[in-house]
Amino acid sequence: MGWISANHLSRLGMLNMNRRNVDYIARYNERSSYPLVDNKLKTKLVVAEYGVRTPQLLQVVRHQHEISGFREVSEALKGFAIKPAKGSGGKGITVITRRDGDDFIKASGARVSTLDLERHLTNILAGLYSLAGTPDVAIVEDLVESAPALARYSFQGVPDIRIIVFQGYPVMAMLRLATTASDGKANLHQGAVGVGLDIGSGRSLNAVQFNRPITLHPDTGLALENIQIDNWDTMLEMASCCYEATGLGYMGVDLVVDAEKGPLLLELNARPGLAIQMANGRGLLPRLRLIESLKRPHLTPRERADFARDNFAAAAGH
Amino acid sequence: MTIRSRLPFYIAVLLLIAAGVALAVWRHVEMGIPWLTGEQRPVWMVEARVDFDADNGSVLASLNIPERPPGFRILSEQAASPGYGFSTIDKPGSRRAEWSKRDVSGPQTLYFKAQFIPDPTSAEPLPPAPVPKARKVFWEEPKATAVREILRQAKERSSTPESMTRELIRLMQPDTRTQNTTLLIAEEDYLYLLVDMLNHSGIPARTADGLKLEDARRRQKLRPFLQIYNGQQWLTFDPKTAEQGVPEDLLLWRQGSASLLDVVGGDNSEVSFSMLKQTVPALQLATMQFKSNRLGFLSFYELPIEEQSMFRMLLLLPLGALVVAFMRIIIGIRTSGTFMPVLIAVAFVQTTLIPGLVAFLAIVAIGLMMRGYLSSLNLLLVSRISALIILVIAITATMSIIGYQMGFNTGMTVTFFPMVIIAWTIERMSILWEEEGGREVLVQGAGSLFVAICAYLLMDTPLAGHLTFNFPELLLVILGLILLMGQYTGYKLSELKRFAPMKAYD
Repeated sequence: MGWISANHLSRLGMLNMNRRNVDYIARYNERSSYPLVDNKLKTKLVVAEYGVRTPQLLQVVRHQHEISGFREVSEALKGFAIKPAKGSGGKGITVITRRDGDDFIKASGARVSTLDLERHLTNILAGLYSLAGTPDVAIVEDLVESAPALARYSFQGVPDIRIIVFQGYPVMAMLRLATTASDGKANLHQGAVGVGLDIGSGRSLNAVQFNRPITLHPDTGLALENIQIDNWDTMLEMASCCYEATGLGYMGVDLVVDAEKGPLLLELNARPGLAIQMANGRGLLPRLRLIESLKRPHLTPRERADFARDNFAAAAGH
Repeated sequence: MTIRSRLPFYIAVLLLIAAGVALAVWRHVEMGIPWLTGEQRPVWMVEARVDFDADNGSVLASLNIPERPPGFRILSEQAASPGYGFSTIDKPGSRRAEWSKRDVSGPQTLYFKAQFIPDPTSAEPLPPAPVPKARKVFWEEPKATAVREILRQAKERSSTPESMTRELIRLMQPDTRTQNTTLLIAEEDYLYLLVDMLNHSGIPARTADGLKLEDARRRQKLRPFLQIYNGQQWLTFDPKTAEQGVPEDLLLWRQGSASLLDVVGGDNSEVSFSMLKQTVPALQLATMQFKSNRLGFLSFYELPIEEQSMFRMLLLLPLGALVVAFMRIIIGIRTSGTFMPVLIAVAFVQTTLIPGLVAFLAIVAIGLMMRGYLSSLNLLLVSRISALIILVIAITATMSIIGYQMGFNTGMTVTFFPMVIIAWTIERMSILWEEEGGREVLVQGAGSLFVAICAYLLMDTPLAGHLTFNFPELLLVILGLILLMGQYTGYKLSELKRFAPMKAYD
C-alpha cells in the first residue's frame, strides 16, 4: 500500500497518536476520572446513576478465598462472562456460553473445566491482566445475547459498537465484528473487522481489517455495506450520557445490542484507538475542531446527540 | 488551550537548553575542558640540572625557580636529588628551591623539573609590593663624566623610561659607540653597566634570565635580559637589540631575584637546562587544574574513582532515554516495556554488542521456555515473577561458568544485565505471545532490540561518554529536547505507513 505524506494526512484531518495524547486525552481527560473507566466495576456503578444500562452484574470476586464461592454461583448460571475489572483491550475476558456436564463451553467452542476458570480467577486477582499489574477484582456478568440481526455478521464473539464521545458529543462510530483472526475478540489490532457507521443514520460506511479496506466479512462472507443499527438515537444518547457520568472529555464508549434488553454499555475507554478513522474513511480532527469552536455547548445528551446527527452525518461533509 | 499559552513553555525550554550550552561553553573557555576527546595541548617539560663539587661538609644549594613567568602557567614541579632534603621557599619576588645535606663530598648533581603550559592569557604579574626604587650608583672619574654624557644624549632623544632604555641600548651598540662608551665597556660587563646607568638616571632596572624553548635541547644556558620598571610594571628588553617584550618561546626563569644559584659548601657550581615539548591530553590538563578553579565544584573528578565510574554509566542513561523518546514519539517503534531498551543498552556497553546480543537472546529464549512450564503451574503473579528472577539469575550464572570454562570473557559480563528487568521482559513477552500471537512478540522484541542497539551505538561513542561526563550541564539540553518532544503532536513516521490506505478516501 506504500506510504502517505503528512500533508495528505492533515488534509484528510486524520488525528494521530501524538496529537490525540497531547491535545485531547491530556487536555480533556482529568486524571482523577481515569479510575472510573479503567475499573469496569466502577463504570457500571457510576453510569447506572445516569440511567445507562449495563449487563447485569452477577458476582464480584474480590479475594482468593471467594473463588470457592464462584463454583456455587456458577452452578445456577447458563451463560456468563468473567472480566478483570481493570483489564484493558479485552484482555482476560472469558465468555462462557453454556454448560456441558461439569465443563463449560467458551464462546469459541473450547471446553474448559471449573478448575481452569478458578485458575483464571486467581490470575485476575493477582493482577495479570490489570493495567499496571496491580491486584484486581474479577466481575462475573450476565452473558449478552447479541441481537441476531447484528450477530450474524460476527464470527463468534459479540459485535460491539464503539462511539467516540468528545465533550459529550458523539463524533464518530464504528461497528466491530470479531473474526477468526481476532479469536472472537472485537479488537481491531487483533484482526477484528471495523465497520464505520454514519453518525446521522447508523448505517454502515466502509469496512477495514488490519487497516486494509474490505467489503465482505472474511469469515461469514456477508456484505458489510448495508448494515443498519437499530435504536441508533438511543445509542447516541447513551454514549453522550457517559460524559456526565465520568467527566471525561475524550473517550470511547463501547455498546452492545442485547436481543432482549436492547443497547447496553459494555465499557468505557479513556484512550480510544485511532483505527476508527480508517473504518469511517474520515479524519476526526474536523469534527473535534467544530466542537471545540462551539461558543455555547449543548447541555443535555439529547441536544448533543441531535447536534452530532445534524453535523456529522455522512452527507454533512465533516 | 491556545497556541499562546504554550509560549512560556517554549521559552522555558529554550532557556533550559541555552543555560546548558552556555554553562558548557563557559566551562570550556574557563577551564579548558576540550569539546573532543582526542585534543592534545603542548606542555614544556624543563629540567634544571645543578652540578657542583662538594667540600666534604654540609651543603646548601639554592636555585631560583620561576614565579608567574609571563606567557606560561606552571603545571607541576618536582625535584630529584637522592639523599638531599628539599623544600621550596616562597618569598615575594623570589621563589627558590633549596637542597640541603650534611656530609657530602665529590661531584654532586641535583635536578629540578617543572612543566609549563603556554598560556598567552596568563595573568599579568602583580604589581611589585614595595614600589621599586632606583638605586644610587657612584661612579669614579673619568667614568662619571662618560656616563653623564651618554645619559644626556639618550635623555635628549627620549620621553619615557621605555624610550630612554631603547635609546641607551642603541647608543651602547658597537656601531654607534663613541669614545665615552668604549671607555666604559672596556672595564665593566655590558649588561650590569646598562643596569647601573639606568638606575643612575632614576629608572629602576634589573637583570633577568630567560630560557629559549626549543624541543629536545640539552645543556642550555639562560640568556640574560634587561628589565626596567616604568612606574606600573616590570618591562623586559633584549639588551642587544633593544626589543621590548617577552617572545613567545622565551621562558623567564629568573626575575627579581639577585642570584640564580647559590651553593654553600661546594665549588664549581653550574646550572644547565634541558627541555622537551610534550603533548598532554587537553582533558588531563584541565582536570589537573580543577582544584584551583572556582568552577571545579561542577566536576565529577573530585569524587572517588568508584563513584566516578558509576556516574560515567549513569550520565549515559539520559542519552538512552533521548533515543527511546525519539524512536517512540517521532519514529513510532513499538518496544516491550518503555525503558527496557535503555537498560539493555547499558548492559551492552559493558558486554560489547555482539556477545551482549547473543547472551541477551539466549537468556530470554531459555527464560521463555521455562516460563512456559511455570504458566502451567498456576502460580500467583508475584511468585511467578520471583521464580522467573531466580531462573534468570541461574541462567546467567550457568552461562558465566560455562563461558569461563570455555575461555570466553564475555561469559563473565552477562552479570551486567538487569535481572529483574529481564524477568519482567520474559513475563510480558510470554503473555503477549499467549494473547496476541508470536508475530506481535517478534515485532515488539525486534523493536526493543533495535532501539537498544541504537541507544548503545550512541552511548558507546567515546564522544558521548566524554561530553556527558565532563559537561554534566549538557543534561539540561537533553532534558529540554525531551520536553520539546513531549509537545510534538505531528505524525509519527510509522503512521504515514499505517494510515496509507486513507489515500483511497480523498
